[in-house]
Amino acid sequence: MKDTDIKRLLYVHLLCIFSIILSIFIPSFFLENFSVLETHLTWLCICSVSVTAVNLVLYLVVKPNASSKRSSLSYKVTRFLKCCIYFLMSCFAFHVIFVLYGAPLIELALETFLLAVTLSTFTTVPCLCLLGPNFKAWLRVFSRNGVTSIWENSLQITTVSSFLGTWLGAFPIPLDWGRPWQEWPISCTLGATFGYVAGLVTSPLWIYWNRKKLTYKNN
Amino acid sequence: MRLGSGTFAACCVVIEVLGVALFLRGFFPAPVCSFSGTEHQTESPAPEPSAGAISNWTKLPPPLFSKVVIMLIDALRDDFVFGSKGVKFMPYTTYLVEKGSSHSFVAEAKPPTVTMPRIKALMTGSLPGFIDVVRNLNSPTLLEDNVITRAKAAGKRIIFYGDETWVKLFPKHFVEYDGTTSFFVSDYTEVDDNVTRHLDKVLKRRDWDVLILHYLGLDHIGHTSGPSSPLIGRKLSEMDSVLMKIHTSLLSEERETLLPNLLVLCGDHGMSEAGGHGASSVEEVNTAMILISSAFERKPGDVRRPKYIQQTDLAATLSIGLGLPIPKSSIGNLIFPVVEGKPMREQLRFLHLNTVQLSKLLQENVPSYKKEPGFEQFKVSERLHGNWVRLYLEENSSEVLSNLGSKVRRQYLDALRALSLSLSRQAAQYDVYSMAVGTVLVLEVLALLLLSGPRALSGKAELDVPLPSPAFSLLCYLLPLGLAALHVTVCTSAGGTCYLCSLPWLTAGGVMVLISTLLCAVLSALTGMFAGGKRLSKNPPQCNSRSSELDLLILLGTVGHTLSLGASSFIEEEPQTWYFLVNTLCLALCHEIYRNCFLGDDCAPQRCPHAGEDFDGVAAAPQGKSPGPDVWELDRASRHPSPLGVLRGPERWMVLASPWLILTCCRLLRSLNQTGVQWAHRPDLGHWLTSPDHKVELSVLAAVSLIMIFVLVQKRCSLASKVAMAFGLLGIYCYRVAIGNLLFPWQQNNKDISKGITEARFVYVFVLGILFTGTKGLLKSQITADDFTVKTVGLWEIYSGLVLLAALLLRPHNLPVLALSLVIQTIMTQFVWRPLRHNAAEVTVMHYWFGQAFFYFQGNSNSIATVDISAGFVGLDAYVEIPAMLLTTFATYTGPVLWASHLVNFLTSEASSGSALSHACFCYALICSIPVSAYIIFVTSLRYHLFIWSVFSPKLLYEGMHLLITAAVCVFFTAMDQTNTKS
Ligand SMILES: [Zn+2]
Ligand SMILES: [Zn+2]
Repeated sequence: MKDTDIKRLLYVHLLCIFSIILSIFIPSFFLENFSVLETHLTWLCICSVSVTAVNLVLYLVVKPNASSKRSSLSYKVTRFLKCCIYFLMSCFAFHVIFVLYGAPLIELALETFLLAVTLSTFTTVPCLCLLGPNFKAWLRVFSRNGVTSIWENSLQITTVSSFLGTWLGAFPIPLDWGRPWQEWPISCTLGATFGYVAGLVTSPLWIYWNRKKLTYKNN
Repeated sequence: MRLGSGTFAACCVVIEVLGVALFLRGFFPAPVCSFSGTEHQTESPAPEPSAGAISNWTKLPPPLFSKVVIMLIDALRDDFVFGSKGVKFMPYTTYLVEKGSSHSFVAEAKPPTVTMPRIKALMTGSLPGFIDVVRNLNSPTLLEDNVITRAKAAGKRIIFYGDETWVKLFPKHFVEYDGTTSFFVSDYTEVDDNVTRHLDKVLKRRDWDVLILHYLGLDHIGHTSGPSSPLIGRKLSEMDSVLMKIHTSLLSEERETLLPNLLVLCGDHGMSEAGGHGASSVEEVNTAMILISSAFERKPGDVRRPKYIQQTDLAATLSIGLGLPIPKSSIGNLIFPVVEGKPMREQLRFLHLNTVQLSKLLQENVPSYKKEPGFEQFKVSERLHGNWVRLYLEENSSEVLSNLGSKVRRQYLDALRALSLSLSRQAAQYDVYSMAVGTVLVLEVLALLLLSGPRALSGKAELDVPLPSPAFSLLCYLLPLGLAALHVTVCTSAGGTCYLCSLPWLTAGGVMVLISTLLCAVLSALTGMFAGGKRLSKNPPQCNSRSSELDLLILLGTVGHTLSLGASSFIEEEPQTWYFLVNTLCLALCHEIYRNCFLGDDCAPQRCPHAGEDFDGVAAAPQGKSPGPDVWELDRASRHPSPLGVLRGPERWMVLASPWLILTCCRLLRSLNQTGVQWAHRPDLGHWLTSPDHKVELSVLAAVSLIMIFVLVQKRCSLASKVAMAFGLLGIYCYRVAIGNLLFPWQQNNKDISKGITEARFVYVFVLGILFTGTKGLLKSQITADDFTVKTVGLWEIYSGLVLLAALLLRPHNLPVLALSLVIQTIMTQFVWRPLRHNAAEVTVMHYWFGQAFFYFQGNSNSIATVDISAGFVGLDAYVEIPAMLLTTFATYTGPVLWASHLVNFLTSEASSGSALSHACFCYALICSIPVSAYIIFVTSLRYHLFIWSVFSPKLLYEGMHLLITAAVCVFFTAMDQTNTKS
């Protein structure tokens, strides 16, 4: 593992963070009354679209897993379609999990679903980009000792920190402070975003810090 | 000497219960009361001060009113009368308030805003302590000095119609009464018709002096459909017409008597926006109070806003109005506008009587009473009053008299206000010494548990009882002496207000010895830790990485929950915390299962040098210091690789689906009862089911749940208990039909509602039968050793007996909670714990978490208002204290108790290692003590918080009760463990 790899990882992550920051500030030039809290749903859409786009572009440019053997067009198309289906499935799965956690079943369904989409953007999209629609590979990455490259390692960190952010974001909801961001699902989306950003920031640093200890099976 | 860790834990929890009890005794102050006993009749009233001159006014003044009618409307919030609702629905009352001869007030009720303490406050004028709420469950006779007892002693004839609580408080006081029960909250017409139907007859009669009416309907409407329900308006109009009827009848009668009559309209407490009461929100605290009498002069065109008074002021006013002595423990002021129309001499006389009574109470309760501003003002005004009387008797000019008189009056009113202020403050003083001693006990026990954790959870599950070195033991002998000296110092300086100081010397000495023994044990455990720590560091801990995510979650959950107890809104919404934790637990299990199934066991016990050392670091570093039993890994070496990899076919699918099934069950249960505060008013399935229109659905649901319970429970019982179980469950259905909750299919509408005594007792017989069979099996397994199946069957029978009892006591819409808890237990046992081979500590914590979640699933919350008292009446004719309390406790803590007893069953039937039960017992004790100890500290530091009575105190009582239950569970565990080791 070389330092250049880590540097590349850092730049990629910085671009992702930049896209989130842009999604906060750019729309206010085009849309009236745009603010993250008041027009929360719009922001969610813009944020997830921009993060997805940046992820896709970066994946195509950087190509972290160079080991794609076949590259026929039909294979690529089916792979892409599979990815779309996986993404939708993950959105619905997250929605179901939120409802199981106590989100209202009927009212606020759109809000809950957009939270699911956002969380999918932060977690499933990078997974799909890096690992492809391969459930076993996902499980491997998210179990102990399963990572095989720094890309997977950073994926593990960002995903777990996004989940953790969402999870922690639910805590302020019962407090009776009456703040606008305590409303469902704003605190959770903010938590997810902060978690994702924190993951993006910490993972290159963490990998750099531990670069002596990290030995990957395939490297 | 060696001690099993189970026994050790049980002892610890028992001591902890003692500590918490001591803390509670100090935390809930004894109410301000008069010590001069009940021989009040003999005492003569204070004579008028006369400064040398001889006054002939030494007796009590004569009554101001000939008849008094008290119309108490339960949950009459102030805006129901004075707000827009009052204008719309209570035209007559509004007319009286605005134009008639009346005085209207907003009477402030002190929390707890629960009916019985409020009735006591109205009639005694004292502030019942918070602990009275708990006594609300068994309504003892009111022994304190009160208006009703005084009136009866003075020969007044009192008639009462309304809430039964009055009859329980004053069992022999009414010449005629008809109690209505607040048992059936869904009934809001008949309870009030039962009161009103007597009115016509009674109002015509002349043979009574006091009539008390207590209408419950409004409160019942609030509980079932909230304050904005359209039913409220209809009920208010009904109350308005009742008031009009009484008032006109009193007016027409007045023409024939000399004295005017008094009509009091008041509420006992308000109603929150959710429809309940018990806490201290403005809506619950502010009640309407209107005094109506033709004696009150009213200048035309003077519009007054209702003034704020205290609820306790009514007792003193009523006593004056009826010509009775003021109740001794009353802290209320005379409502002055009532006597405003009287001559100056009488006004001053009344005020003097009131101040004398209050200052006497102050002398009895405050040692430094002479320094209180109210007392000084009282002395000044009494002297001025004496001068005034002398002038009056010497017949001075009226100008001087009235000027001086109004000055004295102002003095008296100020004195009254100051006196009752300092008295009501006195009612909320903490006994810090007892609290501190209790806290020390609890903390020492917790420290001991934490320190002995690593060894108690080691393979042998045994602890050394350390024999200290001589120097150390000398310290241990000296400690109690030092503590005793401290005790004497504190007690002599505090002057008898502490509970501990009022205890006999021997008991207090015992407490001191206990404290010092525990301290010595903690110290020796600490030294042992350091000695052992050196040894441990030589052979580094093995890599026990298998499910450290789960352990981390358990640790985080325990710490997070404990910390959340410091914030009032987290306490109110504690159900959400537990649901959240249980869901996360399920997801973590899901992750573990999927990893195991698809990837095989990826964590065979090998050294794992990279990736994820952050987790290991957390788990291994704070050995013994971090709360949570997750840090002790045990029985790990015996794991076979890939337990789930070998599963094939439907069982594999069941394993994969089980977390999702459990999550779905939890979500269903969660929507059954909305609890907490913020979301409590949301519509939930429970309300939908209990509404009278959905009886059929409720019946079907209850029947399905009962059948599910039978199917799930019977498979491990002996034949006799199977039959008993079936009959028992059938009996439960019959019982619910008899009391009118459910319907038989052939029955369209049930007409006669009985108390269902026979049916309930029928079920009790089977419960006792099953429990008896189970105990017999256990005893048999004791004698005929190594008969393993007899023992497990016996344990399961005890468990199923408890399930049957719970099914009887829980409300019918909560039967699914019971059924689904059995479903979850079965799924977890079959598809999660058994295949994944979790260790005893993890299984225990999971049981505990689920037990807590089920506590809230069944509709409990951290406010006293949700305790289902009706469980204590099942199968009983009348209130019998001990069984009712036991039944209510069991019904409230069904969730934790059933999960704990399932834990015993599971661990015994697995029998993987002999020490599993003692490990479980230790873990259970530890995980229950952590929140209790932390909470005690939080409560102590927050004791002047605004929500101390409404949020923190009820939770404290719940925690104390939970600890008591835990102690019982731990003792049961230890007993089972003993039989285990013997056989
Ligand atoms: Zn009430
Ligand atoms: Zn009520």
